[in-house]
Amino acid sequence: MSTETLVPYDEALARYEPVLGIETHIELGTKTKMFCGCATEFGAEPNTQVCPVCLGMPGALPVTNRSAIEGIIKIGLALNCSIVEWCRFARKNYFYPDMPKNFQISQYDEPLCVDGYLDVEVDGETYRVEIERVHMEEDTGKSLHVGGATGRIHGADFSLVDYNRAGIPLVEIVTKPIVATGDKAPLVARAYATELRELVRAVGVSDVRMEQGSMRCDVNVSLMPKGASEWGTRTETKNVNSLRSVERAVRFEIERQAGVLDAGGKVIQETRHFQEGTGTTTSGRSKEEAQDYRYFPEPDLVPMAPSREWVEQLRASLPELPAARRRRVQGEWGVADKELQDIVNAGALDLIEETVRAGAEPAAARKWWMNELSRRATEQGAELASLPVTPADVARVSALVAEGSINDKLARQVFDGVLAGEGTPDEVVEKRGLKVVSDEGQLGSVIDEVIAANPDIADKVRGGKVAAAGALVGAVMKATRGQADAGRARELIIEKLTS
Amino acid sequence: MSADIIKKSAAELAGLISSGEASAVEVTQAHLDRIAAVEDSVKAFTHVDPETALAQARTVDERRAAGEALGPLAGVPIAHKDVFTTIDMPTTASSKILEGWRPPYDATVTRRLREAGLVILGKTNMDEFAMGSSTENSAFGPTHNPWDLNKIPGGSSGGSSAAVAAYEAPLATGTDTGGSIRQPAAVTGLVGMKPTYGGSSRYGLIAFASSLDTPGPLARTVLDAALLHEAFSGHDPMDSTSIDQPVPPVVEAARRAEVGGLRVGVVKEFGGEGYQPGVLARFHEAVEVLESLGAKVVEVSCPHFTYALPAYYLIAPSECSSNLARFDGMRYGLRVGDDETRSAEEVMALTRAEGFGPEVKRRIMLGTYALSSGYYDAYYGKAQQVRTLIARDFDAAFEQVDVLISPTTPTTAFAIGERADDPMAMYLADLCTIPSNLAGNAAISVPCGLADEDSLPVGLQIMAPVLADDRVYRVGAAVERALQDRWGGPLLAKAPEL
Repeated sequence: MSTETLVPYDEALARYEPVLGIETHIELGTKTKMFCGCATEFGAEPNTQVCPVCLGMPGALPVTNRSAIEGIIKIGLALNCSIVEWCRFARKNYFYPDMPKNFQISQYDEPLCVDGYLDVEVDGETYRVEIERVHMEEDTGKSLHVGGATGRIHGADFSLVDYNRAGIPLVEIVTKPIVATGDKAPLVARAYATELRELVRAVGVSDVRMEQGSMRCDVNVSLMPKGASEWGTRTETKNVNSLRSVERAVRFEIERQAGVLDAGGKVIQETRHFQEGTGTTTSGRSKEEAQDYRYFPEPDLVPMAPSREWVEQLRASLPELPAARRRRVQGEWGVADKELQDIVNAGALDLIEETVRAGAEPAAARKWWMNELSRRATEQGAELASLPVTPADVARVSALVAEGSINDKLARQVFDGVLAGEGTPDEVVEKRGLKVVSDEGQLGSVIDEVIAANPDIADKVRGGKVAAAGALVGAVMKATRGQADAGRARELIIEKLTS
Repeated sequence: MSADIIKKSAAELAGLISSGEASAVEVTQAHLDRIAAVEDSVKAFTHVDPETALAQARTVDERRAAGEALGPLAGVPIAHKDVFTTIDMPTTASSKILEGWRPPYDATVTRRLREAGLVILGKTNMDEFAMGSSTENSAFGPTHNPWDLNKIPGGSSGGSSAAVAAYEAPLATGTDTGGSIRQPAAVTGLVGMKPTYGGSSRYGLIAFASSLDTPGPLARTVLDAALLHEAFSGHDPMDSTSIDQPVPPVVEAARRAEVGGLRVGVVKEFGGEGYQPGVLARFHEAVEVLESLGAKVVEVSCPHFTYALPAYYLIAPSECSSNLARFDGMRYGLRVGDDETRSAEEVMALTRAEGFGPEVKRRIMLGTYALSSGYYDAYYGKAQQVRTLIARDFDAAFEQVDVLISPTTPTTAFAIGERADDPMAMYLADLCTIPSNLAGNAAISVPCGLADEDSLPVGLQIMAPVLADDRVYRVGAAVERALQDRWGGPLLAKAPEL
C-alpha cells in the first residue's frame, strides 16, 4: 500500500481545476427480467428467480422485455435526450463467474438515448450537466466471496454466486465531462446524483435505492492545473453507494490527485474503489491492463426501432418532473429557495405534499416534517421517509393542534407514541390521555394550589402586575405535565386574583 | 416386416400407422432393431434410448386408439441431432465439455417433434458444436458413411445423414450454419434442407454462430423433408430472430413437383477448377433434366460468392468465440482442476483446455482475434460488408431467375482422415453452401446421381429467396421424380447392403 500525501481541499482547488464524469447504473423496477420471464423481487432466496435464459444455459435465447425499453425511453425523455430511430444491442465479452454467458448484453456504439442534460442547483447556482448517452443492458449475478481479507475474489476461500440479479434490466446513464465547477465539484456531483435519483423516482421506473444497489454510481475525476487547456488523467471510482459517498469520493480524489501531481508524479488511469468506512479510495485494476471487451452486435436480438408515435406516447405519459414540481410547490407554499432546498435534501417534498393533500396547512406540514420529525430521523440515523409515521398521521396531528384539543407540546408526545408503534394519533391521544385541560373545575383546583404555593407572585398580580401571571401559568403547565390549556389557565388566574 | 418397414419413407410409414396397418410401436421397434444391427459399423448415434422411444410410440398408438386426431407424422421415428436440448436425454453437441449434461428444458424443435407425435429414437453424432464438415470433430469418434464405411458422412450433421442413409431412421433433424445439413445430405444421397433463417426456431439449439444457425430436416425423399419441415418450423416467441409469418406451403410444393416455365439460374462462380469431374457431370445432367421438364435455364453471375468462404470464416468464428464462452465449468458440464487451491479463473481455463477439441479451439481463437480492438474493422467489420454484398448478389440474381442451382459440394465424400490435418481443404467442402447462410435464404440439396469415378452420391443445390422455401421443394421434387424414373427407383437403393 503506497502512502498517499493528501493536499488540503482548498489548497488543491487553488491550483487545480477538476473535471468530472459520472456513470450511473439504475435497475429498472420491471416485474420480469430484461430477456426472460423471471421475477425481479429484491431479497429472494438465492438462485430461486432463474431460468435457462438468465442462467445462460446452452441453447437459451434472449427476448427483449418491452416494458424495460419503455422505462429507459422514459428516463431518456426525462433527461431531455433524443431517442434514436434504430439501434442494436451489443455483446460485451469478458469472463467472470457471476456472468452466466461470460458476455453481457449491453449497448456499445449505438445507444438508445443520446444528447440530453440535467440541470442541478448548488448554492443557488444552476449547473447544466450534459448527458452523453443512456443505454440498456442486463445486470450480472452477485458474487459473495467468503474468507480472505478483502472481500474480493482474490484471496477468498471460496465464492458463492446468486443469479437472481442476473438479467435484471439495467440502464446506464453517462454524463459528458462536467467542467468549470471549481471548488463546487463534489457538491455538483452529489447534486447531480440526487437530482437524477429524484427524476427517475418521479418517472416511476425504479425505486432507485442506493443502499440496495438499484442505483450505483461510478465517479470519474481528473485534475488539470488552473488555466491549462488539456485535461488530466482520470480515475474511475466504483462502489460509491450513497449520495454522501459521491461527494466524499470526488473530494478525496481531488485531494489525492493533487498530492500526486504536486509531488511531480503522474495520476494512473485506473479503477479505484471507494471505502465507505474511511472515505478514501483504493487502487483497483489498472486500465492499461484493461480487458478488450470485443464488442459486436448481439446476433440473438433484432435491432430496436422505437416508432415515433410510441416515443411521443411515452413523452405524454411522463409525470410532472422534479424541477417543475419544485417551481410549482414553491409558488403554492411561498417558501424561499433555501428552505425548499432543505426540504428536497431531507427527502421531505413528497411527505409534505402528501400531508398537505391530507388536509394540513403547508406551514404546519413543513414545521412537523422539517423540525420535529427530521430531528428524530437524524437521531436514529434513518431516512425521513422510513420513519413509521405517515403523512396522514402528521395531517391528523396538525388538525388536532388546530382545533385546540392538543398543543404543540402534546403533539410531540403524540409523535412519540406513533413512532413507538402505539397506534394512530387518535389512539395515542386516547391511550396516553393527552388532552388539553380547559375545564374550569379541573383547572380551578390546580390554580388554587399554584396560587397558594406562590403567594408573592399572586400578590404582584393582585397589585396590577398582570404580566406576572405568566409565571403562574408556567407553574400550572408544569403541574399538569403540559396538558393545561395555557390561555384558559391565564384567564382563570387573572379572574381569580383581580376580581 | 422389419426389413420392409425400414426402407419405407416417412410419408408411407405415417400412412401405414394412420390406417392401422402398422402400429407406431412396431415401426419404432423395427428401427431400433436396425440400429442394433448396423450401429456398430455406422456409429450415427451418441445416445439411443429404446425404452423412451417405445414409450413415446405407445402413447401415439393409445391416442390413435382413443380416436384423437394426430399430426401427419405421428408415430414416425426420428433421429435428433445432439445439438438440440432434450429434457429426457443427454445433450452434448458431441463435446467432452458437455458430456452427460441433461438439459432442464426442451428446445422448441424438440417440443414440436413431440407435439407432432414423432418418436425420438436418440441423439445423433456431429462435429463438436457443429464445427466441421465430416463429423470427425466429434469428441465421441467419427461416424461412417453407409455408402462406404471408410468415407465421411459429411458434417456437421453427419450422424443424422448416416442414420437416415443407413435406414436407422426415416427422418432426422439437422442444423445448417455453413452447409451442415446440405453437405451431409449430398454425400450420403439424401435430401437436406436449410430453411430460410428465422423460419425455424433456434431456441434450445446450442449455438455455434447465431446469425447463421438454422434447423432443418434430412430425409430420403423431398416430400418427407417437407413434412418434417412443416412439423417443426414456424414462428417462436422464444427466438427473437424467428420470423412471424406462416410457414411457406412446402408440403403442397413437394407434391406439386413441376417446373414448367420456371427460370433457373446456374451460378457461374460454382464450377470448374477444384470440382470433381463426376460431380460436374451429374450436375450438368440435372441441368438437362430441368430443361427437359420445361424450365428455362440461364447462367447467372454472383461475383461476390467468391468471398463467401473467407467472410464466413470470420463471422462464424467471431460469434462462436462469444457463444462458447459460457462453457467454463462453473454451472454445468465438465469441470477440471477444482482442487480447492485453484482460482475460478484457473479452473475455467483448465476446463476449456481439456473440454474443447482442436477445431473448436481454432475457431474460438480466430474469432477472438477477429473481434479484438484494432482488428475488428479489418476483419469482422469487413466480413459483414461482404455479407451485405452477397445478399445483394442474391437479390440481383432473383430478379432474373426464380431459383439458383449449383453442385452442393465440390467433391463426393472423402475418406475419413483425409482432410483431418488440412483445415483449408475441409473448409472447401462448404464452398457452395455458405452463401445461403450468409444471406439467410432457403436452399436444399437433392440427390442427382453417383459420380463415375467413385460411385458416391452427388448433390444438387437449389436456392430460392428468403421465405420462398416452397419453391426449392417444388423444383427438388420435380428433379427427384425425373431422376428416379431414370434410375428406376431411389438413388439410395444403389447403396451397398450394410
